[in-house]
Amino acid sequence: MADVLERVTKIIVDRLGVEESQINLDAKFKEDLGADSLDVVELVMELEDEFDMEISDDDAENITTVGDAVTYINSKN
Amino acid sequence: MTLEGKTALVTGASRGIGKAIALELARLGADVAINYAGSEQKAKETAEEIQAMGRRSFIIQCDISDSDAVQSMVKETIDQFGRLDILVNNAGITRDNLLMRMKDQEWDDVINTNLKGVFLCTKAVTRQMMKQRSGRIINISSVVGRIGNAGQANYTAAKAGVIGLTKASARELAARGITVNAIAPGFISTDMTDELPAEAKEQLLGQIPLGTLGETADIAAAAAFLAGDGAKYITGQVIGVDGGMAM
Ligand SMILES: NC(=O)c1ccc[n+]([C@@H]2O[C@H](COP(=O)([O-])OP(=O)(O)OC[C@H]3O[C@@H](n4cnc5c(N)ncnc54)[C@H](OP(=O)(O)O)[C@@H]3O)[C@@H](O)[C@H]2O)c1
Repeated sequence: MADVLERVTKIIVDRLGVEESQINLDAKFKEDLGADSLDVVELVMELEDEFDMEISDDDAENITTVGDAVTYINSKN
Repeated sequence: MTLEGKTALVTGASRGIGKAIALELARLGADVAINYAGSEQKAKETAEEIQAMGRRSFIIQCDISDSDAVQSMVKETIDQFGRLDILVNNAGITRDNLLMRMKDQEWDDVINTNLKGVFLCTKAVTRQMMKQRSGRIINISSVVGRIGNAGQANYTAAKAGVIGLTKASARELAARGITVNAIAPGFISTDMTDELPAEAKEQLLGQIPLGTLGETADIAAAAAFLAGDGAKYITGQVIGVDGGMAM
């Protein structure tokens, strides 16, 4: 779990240029981390690469917070 | 060579305009994947001409109106080439008829290939181009999509749709370094226009200020320009290559 959160955090920090301290499980990509819709699509793409999985468009639409991403990845691994 | 190290996918590159574009991109240094629907032999010939220039090329059968097939085509292209810099959405068909006589099937076939096909191919390459933070998408529309044409309601609607799609995707992808432009050819001498009756051709020439049909090379030159570095600041545009038909 911690490991997944760490890896997800690193990707978000790189991609969105936010501080690590801003990231917690409840943080919303758009509202709290300043992402636009295309940023979220890209984040999902990078998560797919990082964790070597495919995230369907339907599933991706439900990933709106850092916690959503971590829960989703853990549920698939 | 201005396109050295670039890779391209050209749809409908077995014949006509698509073939001319594929050869021109290769001449300028690009590796080119040759998509076709049914003309395997002709696609092979295009690929062989490109290989003879010392570029990589392979043929790939795919009906561009089939979503799954398009995804596999793009995946195979990226697997083979390692990256994808240029997509030329060229494949297209006509099913001409008067509006009153036009069958639903004729409408659907043309919209599915000429408009939905462009959407599917664009969508499929976007992921790779977004990752690269660069890409060129070139859509082949038509002069009739700008000025209309009797007997081609389906084709005209699809080609006008391609112009709208070009502008929407240009706006959506600009921030990721991807440009999207359209070329609107006039009447170009190919299999598609050879089918026209002599009388219709005669009448057509009267509508072309420059007075002749265009050549596939004229379209290829515009596509090569849009694919090259010189066009890096151009997006969301429609370039008419039509002898002055639409001004
Ligand atoms: N010629 C003109 O005057 C003119 C004017 C304005 C715009 N355009 C546009 O320019 C483009 C090329 O026209 P063209 O005159 O070169 O046509 P063409 O000679 O009839 O060639 C059409 C090409 O599209 C391919 N194709 C057709 N349906 C396909 C599908 N469902 N999936 C994949 N490939 C498919 C064909 O493959 P196969 O060989 O395997 O069948 C062929 O390579 C078209 O979009 C056309 O609308 C042409």
